[in-house]
Amino acid sequence: MAENQIRVLIAKPGLDGHDRGAKVVAQALRDAGMEVIYTGLRRTPEQIVSAAIQEDVQVVGLSSLSGAHNHLFQKVASLLKEKGHEEILLIGGGIIPEKDRKQLEDAGFDRIFSPGTSTEKIVSYIKEKVNG
Amino acid sequence: MKDKDRQEKIQEILKKWREGPFAKFQQRGWNEAYTSYREPVKEVYTPLDFSDDKFLEKTGFPGEYPFVRGVYPTMYRGRPWTMRQYAGFASAEESNRRYRYLLDQGQTGLSVAFDLPTQIGLDSDHILADGEVGKVGVPIDSLADMEVLFDQIPLDKVSTSMTINSPAAVLLAMYIALAEKQGVSADKLKGTIQNDILKEYFARGTYIFPPAPSLRLITDIFAFCSKELPNWNTISISGYHIREAGANAVQELAFTLADGIAYVEAALEAGLKIDEFAPRLSFFFNAQMNLLEEVAKFRAARRLWAKIMEEKFGAENPKSKMLRFHTQTAGASLTAQQAQNNIVRVTIQALAAVLGGTQSLHTNSYDEAWALPSEESVRIALRTQQIIAHESGATSTVDPLGGSYYLESLTEDMEKRVEEYLEKIEEMGGMVKAIEKGYVQREIQKNAYEMQKRIEKEEDIVVGVNKFAQEEEPPADLLEVDPQMEKEQIKKLKDVKQNRDEEKVKKSLEQMKKTAEENENLMPAIVEAVKAYATLGEICGVLRSIYGEYQAPTF
Repeated sequence: MAENQIRVLIAKPGLDGHDRGAKVVAQALRDAGMEVIYTGLRRTPEQIVSAAIQEDVQVVGLSSLSGAHNHLFQKVASLLKEKGHEEILLIGGGIIPEKDRKQLEDAGFDRIFSPGTSTEKIVSYIKEKVNG
Repeated sequence: MKDKDRQEKIQEILKKWREGPFAKFQQRGWNEAYTSYREPVKEVYTPLDFSDDKFLEKTGFPGEYPFVRGVYPTMYRGRPWTMRQYAGFASAEESNRRYRYLLDQGQTGLSVAFDLPTQIGLDSDHILADGEVGKVGVPIDSLADMEVLFDQIPLDKVSTSMTINSPAAVLLAMYIALAEKQGVSADKLKGTIQNDILKEYFARGTYIFPPAPSLRLITDIFAFCSKELPNWNTISISGYHIREAGANAVQELAFTLADGIAYVEAALEAGLKIDEFAPRLSFFFNAQMNLLEEVAKFRAARRLWAKIMEEKFGAENPKSKMLRFHTQTAGASLTAQQAQNNIVRVTIQALAAVLGGTQSLHTNSYDEAWALPSEESVRIALRTQQIIAHESGATSTVDPLGGSYYLESLTEDMEKRVEEYLEKIEEMGGMVKAIEKGYVQREIQKNAYEMQKRIEKEEDIVVGVNKFAQEEEPPADLLEVDPQMEKEQIKKLKDVKQNRDEEKVKKSLEQMKKTAEENENLMPAIVEAVKAYATLGEICGVLRSIYGEYQAPTF
């Protein structure tokens, strides 16, 4: 493993089964040289946060298309804060109305990406934020 | 002119054309074109590109084997397809209002979307249901919710499709119990349960139990319905979600038919006779953007299934060989950018479904890359179908595109490629094995990733996303589900539990457990349990305790 390899956790919180986007993003990040752990489906916010801490990741990316983002994403954000890991870059994507995007960004998300975002944009966003 | 002479003549002139006029113009500009499965598309198609000489065996007439032109002789001249918008959100009350609105607007069938806890067999007060209640569909905890959901909707007058898989037996039991309360006997019920577990493992995600007991529940339903609900579609073998997960058109067909084969084999193993259950198998496909390829896909699906049923399974009843299907336009093709463009996308996709001979259709709403559809957007989606049905002329004759050189060639080409996949899956030991090995997942994932890369390299164009983009405000007036609904639903569940006969519930669940352990048909016991107002979570809890839960590997 390269010393400065960026470590990312891609996670599916809640019961949502749509994982095409999460898997495509995970693959793109790997191709961009990052180390990516994908949680698989049906993870609770608690499981996601403890995986993030255990795996010592710099980035957590959440995906939801089931409308439960407000509740579940915010829970992940507040748990990370609670455990003192605000330094982790927190991003998300899925079917998320504009109004909720703003709310989530206020609640601690660095960025919520809307459908149609290129993986290239996500890669360069992460690189810029993590490597400065 | 004899066939052979004619073919040689065409060949000769085609060659001249290619080297002469075509080559000359090609120098001025020429774009490559591919099918969704990356097969280059020729510059022009002729009778040489398909079995033009086998019209009677391979094409023939609507309503006759191999049904490539349609399953019924009259198709839409006899009756239009069923317009069926998938809907459900917030609560049984809200969803009931939406159903009655849609019926008032001329919709002809219902399609119930359940929320995720319901789809995974959890009651609304379960810890994992936290934040999910009423979000992507209606929460149903017990028969009491079903009573509200179908309030003032006579079950002998509508046909209802329910997108429910792992707990399909429970929701079907509730529907039967509800009908009884309305005074409608089970044999009058018309509708469909999705009941297609295999694709849940690799494309949709709402599995509960491992494959073997899941297949057993499915064959129990086949057997029960063949006696009690003769007009019920016992399964909707679904390619829709396979395509949404990133498959191309050939993979969509191949994996769907492979699932279908697995169900037929499971039913035969359970001792059912092919012609007893096969007429009630139904299918569900996606309609994506490539109009002609999609039409070819629907036609190929029918010919393939007819052949499989006749040659592989020895079906004799023509109904066993008819692939009847529902179509939904492609959710994954909707863009968040310039959302109103989606109305046009949906129109093209819906037209593909109609030209391909669908039995029922759901058209997506333009705002669904942002949220569940609003009443306004869902009305436009329904109107799209009505415009196609009444104004476009697409319904005037059966299989209007049949005979197109390109279409017939595509139909045959896709069939061939699907058969290759089916052989490969059979060699692996069947679809369950192919899923367990992760083969199906990897195939889909690879295709999804390649598609995304082509979009990013602008080899594939998505209008408003990687071309013709513009600054804009996201759509307003989106549907919102009040988070308060979850608390109200939990309270309703509590009320149900307080007001029922606990002894009766306990007994019915014990009976169910016994039936499951003794390997008897579970349906009658489940019907009794739902009548006693046992909850979905309790019933699935009993099954979980016996069958265990599926642990998905990640690939």
